[in-house]
Amino acid sequence: MTNDIIISGFGGQGVMAIGKTLTEAGMKEGKEVSWLPSYGPEMRGGTANCCVVVSDEPIVSPIVLEPSELIAMNLPSLIKFEPTVQKGGTIFVNSSVISEKVTRTDVRAIYVDCIKTAEELGNSKVANMVMLGAYIEAMKNLSTDTIKEMLVHMFTGPKAKLVDLNIEALKRGAAFVK
Amino acid sequence: MEKELWKGNEAIAEAAIRAGCKYFFGYPITPQTEVPEYLSLHLPEIGGCFLQAESEVAAINMVYGAGGCGVRVMTSSSSPGISLKQEGITYLCGAEVPCVIINVMRGGPGLGTIQPAQGDYFQATRGGGNGDYRTPVLAPANVQEAADFVRMAFDIADIYRNPVMVLADGMIGQMMEAVEWHDIEKRELPAKPWATTGTQNKREHNVINSLYIQPEPCAEHNEKLDKKYKLIEEKEVRFEEVDTDDCEILFVAYGTMSRVCRAAMKLLNDEGIKAGLFRPVTVWPFPYAQLRNAAERKSVKGIVDVELSMGQMIDDVKIALEGCKPISFIGRAGGIVPTPREVADAAKKAIGR
Repeated sequence: MTNDIIISGFGGQGVMAIGKTLTEAGMKEGKEVSWLPSYGPEMRGGTANCCVVVSDEPIVSPIVLEPSELIAMNLPSLIKFEPTVQKGGTIFVNSSVISEKVTRTDVRAIYVDCIKTAEELGNSKVANMVMLGAYIEAMKNLSTDTIKEMLVHMFTGPKAKLVDLNIEALKRGAAFVK
Repeated sequence: MEKELWKGNEAIAEAAIRAGCKYFFGYPITPQTEVPEYLSLHLPEIGGCFLQAESEVAAINMVYGAGGCGVRVMTSSSSPGISLKQEGITYLCGAEVPCVIINVMRGGPGLGTIQPAQGDYFQATRGGGNGDYRTPVLAPANVQEAADFVRMAFDIADIYRNPVMVLADGMIGQMMEAVEWHDIEKRELPAKPWATTGTQNKREHNVINSLYIQPEPCAEHNEKLDKKYKLIEEKEVRFEEVDTDDCEILFVAYGTMSRVCRAAMKLLNDEGIKAGLFRPVTVWPFPYAQLRNAAERKSVKGIVDVELSMGQMIDDVKIALEGCKPISFIGRAGGIVPTPREVADAAKKAIGR
């Protein structure tokens, strides 16, 4: 079982953080993992992406050209990567900013209203965690408990109150998966 | 042992600290800036010195000074910055100053691009400085190896009293993978009676210098160095073979490109074509005899040399093979990484399938 994932969006949307969280969770569950960011002469407001591989086998190449899952946080990302997704793959669409629908019929499309949900929770910064919650619910390749443990480790002291907020964001994200 | 998630550049920096390196001199350049960034934070914590020099030229000469004192010292840069360090590297070799130099390669020539490339092979293995000198070069293919090789490089540098280079590329520098901080092979390290540590009026003063103005002593010095390089060639060759038994296509690739070859091998195997990989781990000393052995297997129809350059390592492949098997070349330069499909298709064409 190998998940080849591309996560793409505007700088500041937490794209790299979604990728790092998936990568670390995979490693903690004993899987082979790699995280490869796009880096380059980026423009302010431009699109950034990262490739994540989570696999039961040793990873040969960290470059994802045909993702099994695409997380598109903005429209340019959906336009760029939709054609590359494997047949039978899954596309997660941030429907808060993307009003367009996935046009391919040979993939599963999951629409997640990340920003609105995060705002309902009182903190728009957890929009990426809402998306992550949807991803884990749909793919079931990683356990939510692993992510929860990581959050407890990540947010300590005065930031400890963010643990519950992030867990709630994961739950709300999961609810978008039918 | 617990696995930790590390970015390549940060793993390189942490490995240096774990190897006992307390001194770093460098100058920022993409895609390796996380190396100095990490060390600027963590070297002061252990009583070390991080210094951002005014230029790469200054940084390599600071390495010369610190290394001459006998301490473990490192510098890092990416391609154009390594070019600036070439004069310092030949002086370090001439004066036999141990140190570790990291090159996280990007596309060239000149300023080129910041994306991964392998266009500095000639410079790393032949040297861009003057005179007869050599530097051992270790080429990691993943973050674990980057962490291991940096620690190994410090030992090799001390054992042979010579600069050692770790040759990575932008992809290995930027990506994150799991790293285990396991022990590396424990090697016996020589004392450093040559170091300029202060005479305390008890011995003659030591001189760290590469100037031998009279031809006789200079010739003698060259012969001494040559003996050392021959010993390194004998003792320090490292390589890896993957699925080379009964392979029809034998890929030769190092670093990041070897990973793309392994993905291409899977595609070829799915089509019933057996492909194997010979990966030089030290690109100097190059595993000539070992590659020749692998290539001479009856099953091997063709050798396919694959590089993120327009063809540099292929010269060493030709030296190794001495025409015993046909060699083809696949390469992209300037920051483009070929896809496994492109590599697989070109390899098939190369053996006429």
